[in-house]
Amino acid sequence: MIRVRDITKTYPVRGGQRTILDAISFDLAPGRKLGVLGRNGAGKSTLIRIISGAERANTGHVERGMSVSWPLAFSGAFQTSLTGRDNVRFISRIYHSDFERNILAVDDFAELGAYLDEPVRTYSSGMRARLAFAISMIIEFDCFLIDEIGAVGDVRFAQKCEYELFQKRSDRAMIIVSHDAAYVRDHCDHFAVLHDGQMHFHDDFEDAYALFKDLIGWTPAPAATPS
Amino acid sequence: MIVTNASADQTRPSLLHALATERRVIFALLMREALTRYGRHNIGFLWLFVEPMIFTVGVTALWSLTKTVHGSNIPITAFALTGYSSVLLWRNMPGRCINAVYPNLPLLYHRNVRVLDIFIARLLLEFMGATMSFMLLGVLFHMIGWMDAPEDLLEVVGGWLILAWFGMALALFLGALSMRSELVEKLWHPLSYLVFPLSGAAFMVEALPRAAQDYVLLLPMVHGVEIVREGYFGSYAHAHYDVAYVVAIAVTLTFFALLQIRTVATLVVIE
Repeated sequence: MIRVRDITKTYPVRGGQRTILDAISFDLAPGRKLGVLGRNGAGKSTLIRIISGAERANTGHVERGMSVSWPLAFSGAFQTSLTGRDNVRFISRIYHSDFERNILAVDDFAELGAYLDEPVRTYSSGMRARLAFAISMIIEFDCFLIDEIGAVGDVRFAQKCEYELFQKRSDRAMIIVSHDAAYVRDHCDHFAVLHDGQMHFHDDFEDAYALFKDLIGWTPAPAATPS
Repeated sequence: MIVTNASADQTRPSLLHALATERRVIFALLMREALTRYGRHNIGFLWLFVEPMIFTVGVTALWSLTKTVHGSNIPITAFALTGYSSVLLWRNMPGRCINAVYPNLPLLYHRNVRVLDIFIARLLLEFMGATMSFMLLGVLFHMIGWMDAPEDLLEVVGGWLILAWFGMALALFLGALSMRSELVEKLWHPLSYLVFPLSGAAFMVEALPRAAQDYVLLLPMVHGVEIVREGYFGSYAHAHYDVAYVVAIAVTLTFFALLQIRTVATLVVIE
């Protein structure tokens, strides 16, 4: 169980503090999948980082009763002067995981071939995404935090990601944040809309989506009526 | 934020377990840092100590040629080696920690990697480089007969460690401050150059006029160099130092540095 209690996060902006998360609380049970919708800048990524423990909240706390991943994203946290292999070695060391096994898994999944021994800076964005995802899959967690892992790369890659994450690891808990409503709908079993620092929870996707559409909705200003 | 320590994966980790994690993370960062800095081309990792060795040999050669007046009968080679190696220790460490966090921000995505770990990894690397350079040149100069073996090796080690401690504490403090203001970087460069001639690298305190001695001894690194030289040259070094003074400064600086790192760690925004 993950227990999020009264998480408040503010960031300094010119002339004061902006509240991104305002006393947010919820629980995530093992195996449950929470989809969080929100527009850009709503604080989705901040929420994920705080749950992962990478960033501190101003107040409140997170109890991690199960192992929780780092925030998985395709941009990846690479030192681009290092090779793919170096990056796999680094992660293996940090998480005390078998490098020899991991490098085989990454090689197999990412299909980088000889590029595995080249600096990441020489990779195309698709190759970086494949490496980032493959590295994310070498360490097993009870709960995966997924930040906008939607449509990157080609169809083959998308299918492989789908299989690795949602079929092979269907028993894990997940929190997926995205502004892609369809992606969230297809992979989660309950939902929340993050808006103005508040989380609005819904068990039914349609309810959540209706609210989301309502909040991000934009209608053109009415044309001036000729007098 | 109240960090519930049950947080880390199920059970409260034992101290031993936490130390093992810390050791792994720092080792991983250190190897990564070394690779990023020196790469795999030409001599790779060897640059770690070859670079400071080149510096030290260069300065030693210059000082020998110009017969720098240092006011003692210590052979100039030995004098330059002890002096300049010490400078490398206290001057390069802050240089490596200032603005060290920004390029490594993405690493903080991993819960076990903390700001302090990034600093420690860099400091260890710097310490290893400076120490190996000092040792190798010491042995080399001894073998070719330019200087004698240290009279009291343990004292040399002690002085060296005190210098390193002071350098690390200063580095941690400035590294943390540099996350608040870029002024730290701008001011450290000129300051480190200005302090260099006063740091005891190029003179023995004994050789200074009485009035100047007290002022110069306000600088903690001067004490460190004096101890190293007393260890090396013993009887004819006439060292001036106060171990309690340097240790007190190092302790205070370490305390404030850790406090500062704790504060800025909560301010870090990852991308």
